[in-house]
Amino acid sequence: MAHTITLTVNGTGYTREVEPRLLLVHFLREVLELTGTHIGCDTSQCGACTVTMDGLAIKSCTAFAVQADGATIVTIEGMAKDGKLHPIQEAFHEEHGLQCGYCTPGMIMTLSQVLERNPDPTDEEIRHGIAGNICRCTGYENIVRSARDAARRLREEA
Amino acid sequence: MIPAAFEYHAPATLKEATALMRRFGDDAKVLAGGQSLIPMMKLRLADVPHLIDLRRVSGLAYIKEQDGGLAIGAMTTYHELEASSLVRRYAPFIVEAIDLIADVQVRNKGTIGGSAAHADPAADLPALLVALEARINTTGGARARHIAADRFFVDAYTTAMGPSEVISEITLPALPLRTGTSYRKFANKASHFAVVGAAAVVTLGADGLCERVRLGITGAGPKAARSKRAERYLEGKAPTQENFQTAARKAGHGIEFLEDIHGSAEYRRHLTSVFAARALAEAVQRVAD
Repeated sequence: MAHTITLTVNGTGYTREVEPRLLLVHFLREVLELTGTHIGCDTSQCGACTVTMDGLAIKSCTAFAVQADGATIVTIEGMAKDGKLHPIQEAFHEEHGLQCGYCTPGMIMTLSQVLERNPDPTDEEIRHGIAGNICRCTGYENIVRSARDAARRLREEA
Repeated sequence: MIPAAFEYHAPATLKEATALMRRFGDDAKVLAGGQSLIPMMKLRLADVPHLIDLRRVSGLAYIKEQDGGLAIGAMTTYHELEASSLVRRYAPFIVEAIDLIADVQVRNKGTIGGSAAHADPAADLPALLVALEARINTTGGARARHIAADRFFVDAYTTAMGPSEVISEITLPALPLRTGTSYRKFANKASHFAVVGAAAVVTLGADGLCERVRLGITGAGPKAARSKRAERYLEGKAPTQENFQTAARKAGHGIEFLEDIHGSAEYRRHLTSVFAARALAEAVQRVAD
């Protein structure tokens, strides 16, 4: 039986009918056509599908769309404002925090949570914070450097 | 991966939830944070014709002081526990253990009640619950029950709960003065689950001897359990490395060691004594801190 859900994604309200087994990541990508959220492992290991739901970073491959009824979701498409990149995106750009870019949306969404909770993390804390996001290109060095730079940008902005 | 089709229910109260469980029996499963159940449904290891989501049931996420210990609502997330000053003050090893569970995203969703009900033999929290002598409070059965943690975990993925029972709360009793806690685990590198984890709760007496020892082991066998032989050996003895080592060698007694691609039974037996000794030593060290 289909359920009607109403939710906010990147500031826009949507009401849609969903089958209970529809995963949140498929809802975002295929129903709302927000394909910035990637599917990597599809087994809750790699973090490529990370979005925030009511302010909490979650893996959207491990939630049903029906559970998002009433929720406020932010995906990578919701990070830049008025054509200006989010400070974490700017940091990844400046510090070359990616190679193929597949993991980048998930990295950025997880880091938005990690840096909100800990605005001045050590490298060790950054690495621990992104333990649920796998990158197969960079060896993480430039991602950690980007996260450090993102933290500095966010602190200066605050 | 897409799970098999199912009916979704989001009751507003625990009473409604347990009525649904009674109605659908074995066809129903309760959804808490979903961090184990949803992957199992996707892999079609779990067939759940009726999914009963507790997310609309209010008043199930809380941490409060009670009788010198803590009362924790079943839907309290790992993140809420690790961010709680009450939890940190009560027993710092809870915060440390949670920090080693999976990752930020999973800790934002996963719940203490879900972890207990799922009873994964490699989960971390069950080791702490048995070592703390927690009680698992359930509702939905013939009567409300308060089940001791070491009787709650029956086998792999199997608890003492009946088909219409659901966890409402977990209570942690007051700990004596001069008690130290430690959780040490050998983690699977990919999943961060415990290949073996040891949770120690040690109280030193005024004479400096180990007065009360509780040791919970997870990952090694099909369920988290106390190592009573190790506990009894160490109680009344001096907190020395030698005594920790001897006690830790007894920690594997009675465990039917698991054997899988992450480690042989022999390897798990070895890890159990190594990590039990480390946890006991660190718990004692913390009494002094």
